[in-house]
Amino acid sequence: MSFVRKAGNFVTGTARMAFLGGNRVYYAWLLLLAVCITQALFAYAHQFERGLISTNMRDSVSWGFYIGNFTFLVGVAAAAVLLVIPAYVYNWKPIKEVVLFGEMLAVAAIVMCLLFVLVDMGRPDRFWHLIPGIGHMHLPSSIMAWDSVVLNIYLVINLSVASYLVYCAYYRIQYDRRIVVPLVILSIPMAISIHTVTAFLYNGMASRPYWNSAILAPRFIFSAFCSGPALLLILFQILRKVSAFEIKDEAIHKIAELMAYAMGFNLFLFGAEIFKEYYSNTHHLVYYQYLFRGLHGTASPIALYAWTSIAFSIISFFLFLIPKTRRMPLTMNIGAVMIYLSVYIEKGIALIIPGFTPDTLGQVYQYVPSAIELRVAAGVFGVGFLLFTLMVKVSVSILFERGNQTVHA
Amino acid sequence: MPAPEPPANGYTRRDSVVLGFFALAAAAMSTGCATDKLALDEFVQKHFKDLSGDELKDRLAQMEKRYSEEYGKSVKVSATPPLPGVLFGYALDLSRCIGCRRCVYGCVEENNLSRDPQTHWITVLEMDKETGVDLRHADAYYDHETVPHPGKFYMPVACQHCENPPCVKVCPVQATWKEPDGIVVIDDDWGIGCRRCLAACPYGARRFNWGKPSIPPDELNPNTEYLGNRPRQRGVVEKCSFCLQRTRKGLYPKCVEVCPVGARKFGNLLDPDSEIRYIIENKRVFILKDELNTQPKFFYYYGL
Repeated sequence: MSFVRKAGNFVTGTARMAFLGGNRVYYAWLLLLAVCITQALFAYAHQFERGLISTNMRDSVSWGFYIGNFTFLVGVAAAAVLLVIPAYVYNWKPIKEVVLFGEMLAVAAIVMCLLFVLVDMGRPDRFWHLIPGIGHMHLPSSIMAWDSVVLNIYLVINLSVASYLVYCAYYRIQYDRRIVVPLVILSIPMAISIHTVTAFLYNGMASRPYWNSAILAPRFIFSAFCSGPALLLILFQILRKVSAFEIKDEAIHKIAELMAYAMGFNLFLFGAEIFKEYYSNTHHLVYYQYLFRGLHGTASPIALYAWTSIAFSIISFFLFLIPKTRRMPLTMNIGAVMIYLSVYIEKGIALIIPGFTPDTLGQVYQYVPSAIELRVAAGVFGVGFLLFTLMVKVSVSILFERGNQTVHA
Repeated sequence: MPAPEPPANGYTRRDSVVLGFFALAAAAMSTGCATDKLALDEFVQKHFKDLSGDELKDRLAQMEKRYSEEYGKSVKVSATPPLPGVLFGYALDLSRCIGCRRCVYGCVEENNLSRDPQTHWITVLEMDKETGVDLRHADAYYDHETVPHPGKFYMPVACQHCENPPCVKVCPVQATWKEPDGIVVIDDDWGIGCRRCLAACPYGARRFNWGKPSIPPDELNPNTEYLGNRPRQRGVVEKCSFCLQRTRKGLYPKCVEVCPVGARKFGNLLDPDSEIRYIIENKRVFILKDELNTQPKFFYYYGL
């Protein structure tokens, strides 16, 4: 059979697996995502027609909810590496199978990242100006140009590895280690670099003292090491319940343990930052004052989120640190949800908005996302979740439900 | 078992990739919203710096035609090059400025800034005499019956045309750059609207067109420049260009001309006999956010 025929069969076969043979909950979930995406298309059409004025961003706070979500999702994408390192570097068996899911999560997360950037662009029709060769990419000086390079390379690597592994499993052939291992090893520094470069996007700017800190990149890395695996922990338990997917408790507990260390470092770095700002007490403290309280006697709309994020971080750290609560399903799940939310707030809200408030001329604009921004963002998450759901469904069918497989041609 | 063989069709040449990309784009445009050739030309246009002499001429003619049709009057679009031996500098006398904002509105008229939504390139900050220049206590939205208000002084801020401009460094597509005469410009046809430069500018000088800019046709200034005051588009950043449509022809910027108290000075930093050089050498000068090493060519001073 020629490669083209085989690839064609693979595509139609996996498409069938993705959409057929699910239960009622599965189809309800797909429907929910479809509704999410459809309403977002209407919201985006409105924004496209009227311009970014339909968001609540303005010259003072020129990046908002979209770029916050982008930053958070870069972290989720990078987090796949936390699972890849022990699995491949130390050849640690229980986690090896779940690396594939980490890679698929990375693919879905990067797609969401790129979509968030696209919806944030004033001129999405000019995206091609960023393509090397036909556009005018500003290298080496623009960090944003670098960011688009590393994000796309990371997407290609993860997409290649994940689809190659699934392809081999589909035809029940042994994958070629000479192809997979170098790519997986390469994906480790790439994962670090996408998050580092994204952090450099912010901390390279002297104009925004809130971001202009050398530990921003390490903070990004450690918070990412918490949030990505938190998502996978929940997913693995769901899959274990509803499908033939197998994962040992041991692997789940190991992931939770790694998350506890990551959260510990994350809190330490955050504490180091807070100490520097509050003890030195310079003019730059104003951004933290806005984050935690408000300025000029007006309460900040994000203070509640900031405090929630800190409380969740600390509680979940202890839930994961103590072996007993780490291993108990209830407390572990509460901890995972808390970690996810705390990092989401930290990156999505508490990083971007205070960076712009007050602005460079000292003016305070109270930014809260508009309904259009919330709706478009929901749609981008819908696309990412849909992509991830379909990829997971296909791989679970191929890897764990081989007996039911009838499409093998 | 062996791995599947790679795709048989091999590599595609870059040229055909580019061609294919544009063909695809063209197809998308022709089936979608814009069917006219002009829109297609604008979509596939080159970066300003990549235009040959003839291509630039064509672009200018194309723009003139479009703006003239849109505003119902003859609009001129030039691309005046920088003058040799000139490095522009600006000085502003804080002890004279009364916060009347005539500069702000003179600039709006001269540079074809959007009236609705309203765009200003100059922000006038009101501050307390007691605290001196302190942005934390600055108010850009003061609204008194008369100015100057007792106990207050005023500090207009616009693009500082930095020698070391952070906005230029960060732009992912080189839509903004520094010209040989020191003016930091933006190509309105090249920016992608990422607002990276807005985040990087320490002086809040850049403005984004959140909505579609609009100017009543009878208020349009028809003498425009490609990199200056031609009517602008939605979704792209703009800012002060030291009125290059005037200053490259030997005139003062509009804000200098309309200032009722003579607080604004402008000239060639390379000319030792210029007024701007006299001020820098003889007055008490300060640079806004000097510690950031942006090296503005905009000098605040106390003349009295």
